Amino acid sequence: MTSDQIRQVILDILGRIAPDEDLTDLDDARPFREQMELDSMDFLDIVMELRKMYRIQIPEEDYSNLNTMGGTVEYLLPRLKDVPVGA
Amino acid sequence: MLGIWEPVESQSIAFGRLRWGVPLSDLDRIVITGVGLTAPNGNSLPEYRQNLLVARSGVVNYETRYMGPVLAGVCNFDELRYQKKKDLRRGTRAGSIAVYCANEAVKDSGIDWPNVARENVGVYIGITEHGNVETENEIYEISKFEYDTKVWSHHHNPRTVANNSAGEVTLNMGITGPHLTLGAACAAGNAGFIQAVQMLRLKEVDLAIAGGVSESIHTFGIFASFAAQGALATHEDPTKACRPFDRNRNGIVVAEGGGICTLERLPDALKRGAKIYAEVIGYAMNSDAKDFVLPDSNRQAECIYLAMKRAGISPEDVDIVSSHATATEQGDIEEAAALRRVFGNSPKTFINNTKSFIGHAMGAAGALELLGNVPSFDDGIVHATINLDDLDPRCALPNLVINQPREIGPVNCILNNSFGMLGINSVVIIRKFQG
Repeated sequence: MTSDQIRQVILDILGRIAPDEDLTDLDDARPFREQMELDSMDFLDIVMELRKMYRIQIPEEDYSNLNTMGGTVEYLLPRLKDVPVGA
Repeated sequence: MLGIWEPVESQSIAFGRLRWGVPLSDLDRIVITGVGLTAPNGNSLPEYRQNLLVARSGVVNYETRYMGPVLAGVCNFDELRYQKKKDLRRGTRAGSIAVYCANEAVKDSGIDWPNVARENVGVYIGITEHGNVETENEIYEISKFEYDTKVWSHHHNPRTVANNSAGEVTLNMGITGPHLTLGAACAAGNAGFIQAVQMLRLKEVDLAIAGGVSESIHTFGIFASFAAQGALATHEDPTKACRPFDRNRNGIVVAEGGGICTLERLPDALKRGAKIYAEVIGYAMNSDAKDFVLPDSNRQAECIYLAMKRAGISPEDVDIVSSHATATEQGDIEEAAALRRVFGNSPKTFINNTKSFIGHAMGAAGALELLGNVPSFDDGIVHATINLDDLDPRCALPNLVINQPREIGPVNCILNNSFGMLGINSVVIIRKFQG
């Protein structure tokens, strides 16, 4: 997957776990929690969705890499680069 | 000395104002001041009542996991009236039903909610079971991942703790007083009201939000278990499937729903000029101590007598008995025996059954069945027991209101039965508020 494709995957996940939010103008550089209602349980939903979709195990010490869209894409790119879209 | 299972003499002068022969102070008089509900055939008291009077059923064909087509009472309330989509995703169906009904009740009560001291509000909601829906869902989910428990949801615990539905109400409404979900099998709706009355009388809270809810149609297990017991109703016409007291009944129709009220001490309600639906004048709960599933008419009759004794009334003071009968053979026969014993010589007492319209709403059953009868105080009409085309002679009862509603004149007192597995019995008695 490319960076853009990973970004879309994360947007789709956020759309499911925060269905009341408008994600149109999400700023990739700012923390998710500054831009939307997202608590620790929601954050674990992101981790869980990635686990279910791509069998990725994200260790707790790496969670800080997922605070922003930009950081999340950067963290996931090497781990998903060989994974086809929709896998 | 009278046993508690024996009738007491009518005490009409103090009707509904005695407890163990001692006059109640007004602070011990508890009134219902707001109603919120969702039933398979109505999402407000007026709509629900109207459909009970015109015999509109809420039972439909329904698909459940693994079992395929079954029959169920399904609710269609506006889930987003008081919750966001995220709340619905985070919480449970029972929680959502409770949130809807609690908000509707508070709105209906007319209380100045923004200025209510939330620490003095208690939430008491009865349930038959809880957690089965979420556990089944999670097991189904991990089955798609070769039962890898690493994909088991972190939401499972907050969704399945037994206080879930009442807790969701406090989260949604900012209530900081006590909350309890009362597990009382199918006696739970009454149990919620009873807990509210007790806590108000103890001055533990100033406002109670109480009743019962059910999400049971979302667990295949309840259908499968009743089917295994030979107690799950089938019928080619879903609206005719629930047939209490009928010779051709063949079991229970599972339903979801909720019935929640605001309850207050009488002086508080009068002070704010509240609309008073009814006064709770008596209640009782007891246990059969006999069998896991089979009911016992003796203990049921004792429970009814105890509630009447606490209310200071006699059988002939009761205008309407809302029966619990679920359309299982043994259940119907046992309750009929209890009712004959208590009301057999009470020619002005009429008996009906609400499950015949909506199915068995489990934890909500007692609450919905009581509330469906409350408008009788105003219109003097008893809604019927429908689908009763061939009365089982073992269930013959005086003044059973069959298939058509009946005008009986002034209604002052309603008694509501609600019984459940493990031999739990509950009775609530309300009367028209007369000052």
